[in-house]
Amino acid sequence: MAYALQQLINGLTLGMIYGLIAVGYTMVYGIIGMINFAHGDVFMIGAFVGIIVLTALTGITSVPLGLLAAFLLAAVFCGVYGFAIERVAYRPLRGSFRLAPLISAIGMSILLENYVQVSQGALERAIPNLIPGGFTLMDENGFVVQLSWMQISIVVVTLIVLAVFTYIVTKTPLGRAMRAVEQDAKMAALLGIDTNRTITLTFIIGSCLAAFAGVMFLLYYGVIDFYIGFNAGIKAFTAAVLGGIGSLPGAVLGGLLIGLIEAFWSGYATVAYKDVAVYSILAIVLMFMPSGLLGRHEVEKV
Amino acid sequence: MRKLLLGTAALLALSGPLAHAQVKIGVAGPLTGPNAAFGTQLKVGADQAVADLNKAGGVLGQQIQEIAVDDACDPKQAVSVANTLVTDGVVMVDGHFCSASSIPASKVYTENGILEISPASTNPAYTDNGSPFIFRTCGRDDQQGKVAAEYIYKHFPKAHVAVLDDNSTYGKGIADQVRANLAKLGFKVAYNASYTAGEKDYSALISRLKEEGITLVYIGGYYSDIGLITRQGAAQGFTPQYFAEDAVVTPALWQIAGSTAEGMLMTFPPPAEKDPAAAKVVAELKAANQDPSGYVLYSYATIQVWAEAATKAGTTDPTKVAAELKSGGPWNTVLGPISFDAKGDVVNAAYAIYRWHDGNYAVYAMKP
Repeated sequence: MAYALQQLINGLTLGMIYGLIAVGYTMVYGIIGMINFAHGDVFMIGAFVGIIVLTALTGITSVPLGLLAAFLLAAVFCGVYGFAIERVAYRPLRGSFRLAPLISAIGMSILLENYVQVSQGALERAIPNLIPGGFTLMDENGFVVQLSWMQISIVVVTLIVLAVFTYIVTKTPLGRAMRAVEQDAKMAALLGIDTNRTITLTFIIGSCLAAFAGVMFLLYYGVIDFYIGFNAGIKAFTAAVLGGIGSLPGAVLGGLLIGLIEAFWSGYATVAYKDVAVYSILAIVLMFMPSGLLGRHEVEKV
Repeated sequence: MRKLLLGTAALLALSGPLAHAQVKIGVAGPLTGPNAAFGTQLKVGADQAVADLNKAGGVLGQQIQEIAVDDACDPKQAVSVANTLVTDGVVMVDGHFCSASSIPASKVYTENGILEISPASTNPAYTDNGSPFIFRTCGRDDQQGKVAAEYIYKHFPKAHVAVLDDNSTYGKGIADQVRANLAKLGFKVAYNASYTAGEKDYSALISRLKEEGITLVYIGGYYSDIGLITRQGAAQGFTPQYFAEDAVVTPALWQIAGSTAEGMLMTFPPPAEKDPAAAKVVAELKAANQDPSGYVLYSYATIQVWAEAATKAGTTDPTKVAAELKSGGPWNTVLGPISFDAKGDVVNAAYAIYRWHDGNYAVYAMKP
């Protein structure tokens, strides 16, 4: 029981991080029907901005202030990156054939990775655990279930970020415009919605989410390198597809499911094949629900 | 067009002898990626060796030109950079670092008749293929794994031991050696597992180790993953005795793990920095603000043995140098005298036990 609880905690924390990145994928897909493969690398840039800010501020300000600065600056930087990426790599190709922006996105991803590698070095960078400690949840026959403050903050921050974001999409004029563009960009433009501006803002918001995820990844694992965006990006993309790409709650659900599958598979079966387990379940789900768990079927409007 | 090409070729051919005679050697290692700390060690050692040799007049009157390439410890990239080095016309390669790179690259070098001397690849399969061009200046994992297993058997007879590996050629290779040697000693391993190198989240694995009641964890893997394991272990209140191998011999481990790596044991050849032959080189490296630890001196020695053998053979022709390396010797290096056996392995390679303490590692026991 205690052991299962510990694995549940492990899986939920990991799943929250996947979910937060997955939301960025799903959002961009929802609005322009394109997979933004550079999203994982924006996440990585967020982590790097975080480590630069935290290293610079260590000893100057208190930890909470430093964290706040790291989150804000990472969001600002990544927002600018998101804006620039959309302008440079995607907008000129928007009217082009479907695969063109996809290839452009892969190119952007490689560019960002190499840019960070050259400017920040190829070595891994590490910070000490800034939110140490936690508490013992239960102690069963010597097996101690630990819940760290870090894990609690990840879950709390993710939930807050997602709540704010859901509010934006469902309740604000911007959200309404986003949903309108998602349903039919041409019709939305005819009705007076500035589609370019809406798409740009979607990219900026998506990149801010990636920045939050990046800083949280940095805080939780403490170690980053220029390559983290790739692995995390692939898993988050899988989460988005599993949950139904285009669906926001689906992305979070997909992330949580993958985190839990990984934890419980490692916990009760073999550690070596946990990725096999994740992708097998993805394949099975897609066989029976081709649009993912919470995805909608595309209705062709005539 | 054709005339122009011929003309250029003729010009190039004419200009050849005017330039300084040079002999090219390659240095191949992970300059980027999760093992970049080791690529740097290889390059620092090679740079220093080439600079020292060139200062002393080069090899057979030819200056040495070093070409450094990055294999990122990726087997595919290793083959591709090996081909680049072949095209560049190198006669010898100092590298690669990871066994997963050295082994596939060795086929390219063997086909093209180029020497490959690895300062760090310890997987037995590297020299077991019987190629005359393949050497190493480090030990083998069947030696290293035996030392680790005997140490565990003698000093932790009551421990609940888990043996983990990262599924890489090297990591799984050494872990399997430890498993086999422990089995031979009649020691029962409580838990075995493989993780994927480059994974960031080990919390599920750590909970599993806790559940299995593990008190000693042997890990065959590289420092970046091992550092994360100790770090995440501490966060869950799991603090066993860790035991690793020669792929954690870099301060980068401590940067990742911090004090959670305190007391970690590892196997590595006996210290070379203290060797009198090494003192001068170590002083030079320290003066240049370079850390002489880990595989730096192994990389230095790799180029040294090649230069000595080439000088003795009177040619840089790889076939003749390879034969000379095995029949001549012992070669004087910063690691002390080295001789090679028929396979290209170092004769009488030894392993000692080191212990991490407060950000540094030091010899803990010379023998198990």
